[in-house]
Amino acid sequence: MPFAAACPETDRPDLPDRPPQPAARRGLAAAAEKARCFGALAAAGYRRYATYRQAAVAGLFTNIVFGAMLCAIMLAAAHGGNTPGGYTAAQLVAFVWIGQGLLNVVHMWGWREFSDRITSGDVTSDLLRPVDPIAAYAAADLGRAAQAMLWRWLPPVVFGLLVYDMYIPHRVATYPLFAASVILAVVVSFGGRYLVNLTAFWLLDVRGPLMVWGIASAVLSGNYFPLRFLPEWTLWLAWVATPFPSLFQAPLDVAVERTSVAAASATVLVQALWAVVLYVLCVRVQRRGVVRLVVQGG
Amino acid sequence: MRVYRALVGAQIRSQSQYRASFLLDVGFTTLFCAMEIVSVLVIFRVTPGLGGFDVREVLLIAALCQCGFYCADLLVGNVELVSKYVRTGLLDSVLIRPRSSLGQLLALDFPFRKVGRAVQGAVIYAAALWWAGVAWTPARAVLAVVAPAATATLFAAVFVAGATVAFWWIDSGEFANAFTYGGRTFGSYPMGIYPLWLRDVFAYGLGIAFAGYQPALALLGRPDPLGTPAWAAWLSPAVAAVAWAAALALWNTGIRHYRSTGS
Repeated sequence: MPFAAACPETDRPDLPDRPPQPAARRGLAAAAEKARCFGALAAAGYRRYATYRQAAVAGLFTNIVFGAMLCAIMLAAAHGGNTPGGYTAAQLVAFVWIGQGLLNVVHMWGWREFSDRITSGDVTSDLLRPVDPIAAYAAADLGRAAQAMLWRWLPPVVFGLLVYDMYIPHRVATYPLFAASVILAVVVSFGGRYLVNLTAFWLLDVRGPLMVWGIASAVLSGNYFPLRFLPEWTLWLAWVATPFPSLFQAPLDVAVERTSVAAASATVLVQALWAVVLYVLCVRVQRRGVVRLVVQGG
Repeated sequence: MRVYRALVGAQIRSQSQYRASFLLDVGFTTLFCAMEIVSVLVIFRVTPGLGGFDVREVLLIAALCQCGFYCADLLVGNVELVSKYVRTGLLDSVLIRPRSSLGQLLALDFPFRKVGRAVQGAVIYAAALWWAGVAWTPARAVLAVVAPAATATLFAAVFVAGATVAFWWIDSGEFANAFTYGGRTFGSYPMGIYPLWLRDVFAYGLGIAFAGYQPALALLGRPDPLGTPAWAAWLSPAVAAVAWAAALALWNTGIRHYRSTGS
């Protein structure tokens, strides 16, 4: 039997020389194994996106050109000591440049990798693996975000610092809060995109949900204009009722110190809540979707 | 011409087969583009003026620029796909046919779903003209019609020139977006707010000042704070013609430079 020979020795359950481990130790080992697997997948995500260097250079050029235009518009709006949305001119400059960098880190748009696999049926091989697809794709996405942080976030911010009179956060607490806020923004963005992709279990073609997500996340995240330019009640509604401000406005408000440390911490907390809500939704919807999954033979 | 009409007709028919999906597509892309104008209005919620222009004036500039942009996007925007053709070698099959390569590419992928934005752009432009309270003269009436056409031609040239980059730099990806979508954003605001280098490159180098700003000044009867003469608005068609000729020359150079993948 050729298959038996291919089987590694250690997989055989009746191996005598391995003493049974206590349950706690086993749980710890399993957790360590999971973390190692998550790390490996994230590293793979990093390397995958680091491959496209020319495209990254082209994208950076575009980010910087757009940044310069948006900066000019914001500075014109803040002309003569005006503080639109409560931001000073220097804060708006920081908002624009940090935002141009974050666009590619948070990566709100155009992700349909998972839905394509659902449509084609390839998702079965994802489900056969010992890692939950949510964790696997989340790990890869965090790796991608880490790569974007280095190559797509840093250059526009440095450009802004060198060429413009940009606000530099002076509170120590801002830095760890910003780091947490960016990570949570990536997680919320991933959760939302994954949820949209999951609709492929029912719809097969996810263009509709993808477009709704695209428009809502463009406008309500603060990407078109800082959300604080809107009337106060819409602001509250957007923050509490939708995850979109958590994608973009949250890390930027933290970075430019628009609010007190306490309010900034609350912002990060809201992001964390949305991350949990979206994760739970992803798990539930995926479970239902998998039940519906019919794989055509072959 | 008959060939092109047949090609475009086939595209329109095939794209409108799945009616619900098609209408959804038209609706959402139109909504997306409305947001560009909405963001101008939102910025004016928090500021009384931009570079000395009030909300009606900026809205006219933006509406004119974007109306032209969406018409250009409808007609030639899909030239962006040329990088895909170059990468896969599909361009070979385009080149061996006895029609112009550019004409074929545009007809082959004619994006009928973008028709919604072009119509919306025109409607918003008409509304902006009305809201701005233009004091109509025969010359201004002519300009109001000529200007969007010139703007569309200019942006069409930018689209074609940007896509040509793919012949030399396949992975250029978002590079052309800086000039196409970037040009749209740039042209939607008064030129005076931009730093000098940006103005040199976009406003006068690419001529985007003539896609919105200069004609809008003439329609409003305002002198330019930057000091260009009033007749500059009438240069728009000439600028557009020069840009289109340059883009075609660039395209032909690109086609000659093209080396097939061999597959």
